[in-house]
Amino acid sequence: MQLETLVEKFKQKDEKAFEALYHMYSKSMHGVIYNIVRDSDIAEEVMQDVFVKAWHNSANYSSEKGRFFTWILNISRNAAIDKTRSKNFKNSKQNLNSDFFVDILETSESLDNTTDSIGIKKFVGKLAEKCKQVIELLYFKGYTQSEVSETLNMPIGTVKTRNRQCIQELRTLVLK
Amino acid sequence: MDIKAYIESGILELYVAGALSEKENKDVYKLMLEHPEISQEVLEIESAVIKLTESVSQNDITNRINTIKQNLDFGNDDVKVVPIAKPKYNWITYSGWAASIILAAGLLWTTNQNKALESNIQTVETQKSQLEIEVEYSKNNLNHAKTLISVLRDETITQVPLAGQGNFASTHAKVYWDKNTKRIFLDVEGLPEPPKGKVYQVWSLTLNPLTPVSLGTLDNFTTKENKIFEIENLNESQAFGITLEPTGGSESPTMEQLYTLGIVAAT
Repeated sequence: MQLETLVEKFKQKDEKAFEALYHMYSKSMHGVIYNIVRDSDIAEEVMQDVFVKAWHNSANYSSEKGRFFTWILNISRNAAIDKTRSKNFKNSKQNLNSDFFVDILETSESLDNTTDSIGIKKFVGKLAEKCKQVIELLYFKGYTQSEVSETLNMPIGTVKTRNRQCIQELRTLVLK
Repeated sequence: MDIKAYIESGILELYVAGALSEKENKDVYKLMLEHPEISQEVLEIESAVIKLTESVSQNDITNRINTIKQNLDFGNDDVKVVPIAKPKYNWITYSGWAASIILAAGLLWTTNQNKALESNIQTVETQKSQLEIEVEYSKNNLNHAKTLISVLRDETITQVPLAGQGNFASTHAKVYWDKNTKRIFLDVEGLPEPPKGKVYQVWSLTLNPLTPVSLGTLDNFTTKENKIFEIENLNESQAFGITLEPTGGSESPTMEQLYTLGIVAAT
């Protein structure tokens, strides 16, 4: 089924469409949330909340405003950041390390040996430090172009082209 | 528009990241609809980012959908059974209640109607007895009037006009004397109402010598509507007079208070 049709049905509260979208994006969202909260169980809990929230607010989404993936990515990042600010979370996670997603990939032993994982591991290994940071901030943290520019002390136009190059590299690794 | 340059600019990567403004998002969406190449590029960027983010997740979370489905009550047959069990209240129950409510309302209405009719009957009966009294009264009046007419038409009746006297010249009265039945009908319409504590007294007079005989007082002057009094007169009267006297009447007429006087014409 076309993604557009699926999203349209989801907006009309079609349960099957919701399930399909969950299968398409839940793991991705879990990764994004996990990168922020750094606790697998909490990340799962937040991810489930995100999909429940998406279901209830499905009417707010319109394809004109952006990709469905981007929409739910936004909800996930915000929910995860909210979680890290909650009282319970602060008490249990006094010293949240500030590592990037790449550290998770590099240190992980539980990664299965699918082609994707191998490719990504290779990719991450090869990836320039600048690429890691840009991708981290833009996709995992939801920074705007100018926020990335400020944080990395990089001209705003460079953020755009650098990111383009990084994603191009990623594509050659995971999609071919 | 140079589509290739547009793609190379890196705007589509930012679009997928959600780093563009609302307006820029709309513009990209429009171009995607117009140019399949742009649409395809966005899809590929998106897939790559999804692959990358998925790789960070180390949990097997595919089964968690059931938890969410439970949360959202998806496809829960138990919930749907409830409305099927409900129709125990079938149409007989509903129509039964409806009928009893209508019946109760009907009874209440007829009771009210009955009460209203009863009070109507009472009103009508009261009116009826009042009308009967009025009819009786009218009959009496009619009889009286007939008597008076017969008196006026009777040629044997002697008519004696009583003229106003002295200070009371503006007053007058009239006597109709039926010598056969020895009674007079006195019409005092031309007299004013007597003051309080006073009463008119009627006198029969013989002239030589002047001898007054009291025929009585007109006690109910005020209430008598037609101002015609029927009085017995056994005298061989030669004149009639009316004086104002203290209540109860006097032995002899007070001449200063002689209102009217009339002499019987010789036959």
